Amino acid sequence: MIRPYGDTTGDGMVQTSFTLPVPAGRRADGAALQLAAKMGMEPAMLVHSRAMGDGHTFFVVYGRVRHAVDLGAVTVAERDFPLLTATEINTAVKRRLRRKLAIVGACIGTDAHTVGIDAILNVKGIAGEKGLEYYRELTVTNLGAQVSVPDLVEAAAGADAVLVSQVVTQRDAHLHNTREMSAAFREAMPAHRRPLLIVGGPRFDEGMAADLGVDRIFGRGTTPREVASYLVHRLAGEPS
Amino acid sequence: MAGKLDLDPLLVARARELAAAAGRPVVDLARTHTTVSVERAMLRLFGLTGADPDGTPWVNRLVDEIVAQNGLAGGVVLPAMHALRRYQPLRGASFGEGLQVLAQKAAAGAVSFGGPFRGAAREAAVRAARRAVSKLDATRLTREKLIRRYGDAPRRPWIYLIVATGDIYEDIPQAVAAARAGADVIAVIRSTGQSLLDYVPEGATREGFAGTYATRENFRLMRAALDGVSRELGRYVRLTNYASGLCMPEMAALAGLERLDMMLNDSMYGILFRDINPIRTFVDQRFSRQIHARAGIIINTGEDNYLTTADAVADAHTVTVSQLLNEYFAHEAGLADGQLGLGHAFEINPDLPDSLRLETAHALLARELFPDAPLKWMPPTKHMTGDVFRGNLLDGMFNLVGALTGQSILLVGMMTEAVVTPWLSDRDIALQNVRYVLSAAGDMAEDFVPAPGGFVQQRAHRVLGEAVELLERIAAGSLLGAIADGTFGIMRRPPDRGRGLDGVARMSEDYFSPFDGLLP
Repeated sequence: MIRPYGDTTGDGMVQTSFTLPVPAGRRADGAALQLAAKMGMEPAMLVHSRAMGDGHTFFVVYGRVRHAVDLGAVTVAERDFPLLTATEINTAVKRRLRRKLAIVGACIGTDAHTVGIDAILNVKGIAGEKGLEYYRELTVTNLGAQVSVPDLVEAAAGADAVLVSQVVTQRDAHLHNTREMSAAFREAMPAHRRPLLIVGGPRFDEGMAADLGVDRIFGRGTTPREVASYLVHRLAGEPS
Repeated sequence: MAGKLDLDPLLVARARELAAAAGRPVVDLARTHTTVSVERAMLRLFGLTGADPDGTPWVNRLVDEIVAQNGLAGGVVLPAMHALRRYQPLRGASFGEGLQVLAQKAAAGAVSFGGPFRGAAREAAVRAARRAVSKLDATRLTREKLIRRYGDAPRRPWIYLIVATGDIYEDIPQAVAAARAGADVIAVIRSTGQSLLDYVPEGATREGFAGTYATRENFRLMRAALDGVSRELGRYVRLTNYASGLCMPEMAALAGLERLDMMLNDSMYGILFRDINPIRTFVDQRFSRQIHARAGIIINTGEDNYLTTADAVADAHTVTVSQLLNEYFAHEAGLADGQLGLGHAFEINPDLPDSLRLETAHALLARELFPDAPLKWMPPTKHMTGDVFRGNLLDGMFNLVGALTGQSILLVGMMTEAVVTPWLSDRDIALQNVRYVLSAAGDMAEDFVPAPGGFVQQRAHRVLGEAVELLERIAAGSLLGAIADGTFGIMRRPPDRGRGLDGVARMSEDYFSPFDGLLP
């Protein structure tokens, strides 16, 4: 069992900050300490409180947290393919596929939120990483938002991979749309001609790929390079 | 130019000549083409508002119908004016209401837009255009009057803060709170994907994603709220939105009518980062900037974006090249130096030795090249990692370089960049950072003179030299060719590809724009 480390092994010291919708004052400070106690910080030290306008107060709290962590009980989902650099990705496609790798991306159904697909595909990318458009050996077609499944299937004929992002989760729309999409591809083309189906979005469970009929699910925080590395892994073999 | 960098005035003049040489063929292209969005912007300026029950704006329905019947090459104004005279709408209706009735009838397939178009239609169009331009003039004068009445921002740089909840009724209290906390400029980020819509949504909206839809009603609501807080604070708080994407000219028209004060408007952003057709973008850009010029709106260009994709040191000169091109296109469209919020950013990898000196050299180069432009200084994003403590330090350094180099508009950096959309407390911490640096070092530009021949001067000279070399190459070929070859932001964008190309037409002999001669 391990505890947070402040300046001594086992002291359990943590620091946290938060805002409460309460005007600054003694009452607000008391509320902050009560919250800290409920979070397991005891004793908690309120080291900073500051009014955020008329109705809110910001706090910084230090304190000893009573929880401990069992390292043996930590489970980690390991990535099952090597993470490559942009150069390695381009080289792998060029040497082993010997043609450009064609990718079609879209937001399907009513989902107009292209933030996910744009982060992965647009040259602007995300978190300092360029999107797939930037890769010399990848040909990217971004169909944009609210693409119907039949249109996607038509546009994806001949593509190596289809990337679909789903942000809206109202009434499980993301799961419903994904199942509809994978079924349409199964119906429209034989398995050996079907492009690799990849979905991404912040609310997907990465373990549900088989259930949804797709090859891979990427969750929150996925970067373009991970997606490109996966594509190389699946479509351009492994480095010899 | 007896500046702090000892730039060679002949080289600076050469850079401007080359930018003009590279830009001129594109301006010729813009003068000889029109787009559906330019035509829709004209009808919006004429007062056509509203949308059909499916939410498609009447201006789209009308333009689509005229284009279906006549094509786009002759423009839509004459056919619309001609038909308006024949299908006389309700007595006592305003001009805009008359156009809406016409659009409704046209959408029902009940209007023939054939010619010939007589002088009367032409005269009616010119009268409507004159009224539109006087409306733009009136909003500009109102802004000037309110700035005199309430007072202006107390210092430069102006402090620029973003709100983006997706719900205009959430944005308003956040914007008001930000203004009370010290913001001089409020920018409402747009919903993702709006730049690719070939129409401007209607009405107040409450469900954008990672931003709020830009609509005329949202503009009006936010401007009214900021007028209220400006009165309370005794300083005019400016409002910013986006003239970008497929509807640049319409956004410019609506912003001009609803008294927005600044608009993001870059000559190449849509091409490079949204894959919008280059010709569509340059045509749309020119008309949108003509409207901005008349409406007294400050444009913000998007050079910071190149540095989020390209390397901020190796490709620093592409920022300078783009600034010079943006300046040329802006001047050509009638914008004054005081309206050119040319962009640049603090995006050098902080692990690089001398990164702060390099940033200082780049920022000072922009300042000295464009002494009268309200430069927009953009905070670090690319190297913000989620380590909020380090992020706050980087933002402090960014603020310091902004003060040292006399930047004009400072977009407030958030330590939670790349983590969450800013929390209430994030904004407060970020504003404390800005206030501390500006109060401690706000006037330090006066004391800061780089050593003659030293690192900062040398670096600035080198970037300018590389910019001139790149401009030589572009001017020797063509700007469209350079864009097709991936010179900017790395992306290749050929002129016969990209979104919105089907909404572009070369003007026919009888093309008519009633705004010719009225706008710059």
